[in-house]
Amino acid sequence: MEWKSTAEVVIVGGGIIGVSTAYYLAKQGVKDIVLVEKGTICGGSTGRCGAGIRAQWGTEMNCRLGIAALDIFEQLDQELGMSVGLNQGGYLLVAYNEKELETLRNGMLLQNSLGIQSRMVTLTEAREICPGLAAEDAVGFFFHGRDGHADPFLTTFAYLEAAKRLGVTCYRNTACTGVIVRDNTVQGIETTNGKISAPIVINCAGAYAQIVARMAGIELPNWAERHEIMITEPVAPGVCPCMLMSFSGNYYIQQRPHGSIICGMSPQGHPEDFENKTTWQFIEAMSKTLVKLLPRTKGIRIARQWSGLYDMTPDAQPVIGETDVKNFYHSTGYSGHGFMLAPVAGKILAQHITGQKPDIDFSMLDYRRFSRGEHIRESNVV
Amino acid sequence: MSVTPENNEKVYVCRCEEVTLEEIDEWIDRGYDTVEELKRVLRVGMGPCQGRGCQDILMREIAKKTGKPISEVAPATVRPPVKPIKIGLLAEGGEE
Repeated sequence: MEWKSTAEVVIVGGGIIGVSTAYYLAKQGVKDIVLVEKGTICGGSTGRCGAGIRAQWGTEMNCRLGIAALDIFEQLDQELGMSVGLNQGGYLLVAYNEKELETLRNGMLLQNSLGIQSRMVTLTEAREICPGLAAEDAVGFFFHGRDGHADPFLTTFAYLEAAKRLGVTCYRNTACTGVIVRDNTVQGIETTNGKISAPIVINCAGAYAQIVARMAGIELPNWAERHEIMITEPVAPGVCPCMLMSFSGNYYIQQRPHGSIICGMSPQGHPEDFENKTTWQFIEAMSKTLVKLLPRTKGIRIARQWSGLYDMTPDAQPVIGETDVKNFYHSTGYSGHGFMLAPVAGKILAQHITGQKPDIDFSMLDYRRFSRGEHIRESNVV
Repeated sequence: MSVTPENNEKVYVCRCEEVTLEEIDEWIDRGYDTVEELKRVLRVGMGPCQGRGCQDILMREIAKKTGKPISEVAPATVRPPVKPIKIGLLAEGGEE
């Protein structure tokens, strides 16, 4: 592929955030967009994620982004001309103590005030949604039927193929090695395959965004957190049709339409070494959780385990917007929720960059909120 | 050696996920010419056998279509467990 040494916009990162941003910018009429990816498209955190999609959040901004993303996901097959594997079995959130129940109830009231039809359900209803659910020790359940998941690979490739049709150039195996800044204004990037001059650069490097930011002298308080995950062999449907999730219980479990059950839990003491390593302790602990919650999973076989990196911020909300370096933008810090927010994240940043009013005012997601001490932590995270 | 049949029959490369040679060729033509990318877009090699049956065929097809020597076609990352293992067996393991 011929090397383009100039572009109108350069995007760093070929995960879901990078490709969706490229697509929406191209759709808004931006010509000459180049996306660089250090490995292969969808080869980082996007391709390793649990791929859940939900609007049941604890902060107003996450709720607004979550429901707007769902609206887009529901139309995405038509928009991109390829199936993204959307499946809306809902998210069933499980509370195990009074404090958590209160937090989730407050979240539900906030969600309802923003038009999200989440509701509290009884154990009986929870068992209709998720047959075979044990969870006798739970104190409450919350459900939102429009939540669900999509295929992270197909969604990313669908955005990529649509972006390519609109003229976006994509270089794989091309790592960003430097961000060129002059007079406090971005000028382009250096890569392992050469320089690209561009008046606008967008950092969509996920867990590596902190490193790319530093190349321009910008310090992000982000960190990379390793999370483990596993998937079973495909089995008949109905084992866990919804996403079953608990923040205090520390799990998320869901059967994909394909039949495999995918599940994960939060890490314990993994170092920030950017290694996607796996441990036997994880599959053992996860298996214990599965058998306790869904006893009939005990005869199902685990096919594969892996791990991926959450690009964490101190409040578990993303960093979207321009930086102290002019025309150097960020769309990062999704804290494990980049896949589900990507459609709206790409769209609103593209609207902002092309001088339109974004569907959602995201000015509070400026990275300087951390140094100003203005951030409020999202409670609903595993 | 050609593995393309003369009689319109489908050739299944990945039996676990039922991925055909035709689909693989189609996506290689679109530029998805690594094992990792084909795995992601087609699920080839993601079934219970974890690519034991199909990965060599897949690598050979990539080499054939891209003209690269097979030694330059990288296999997928090997992921544990080595063979599928029952959740119940793991849940019983160790001490509480």
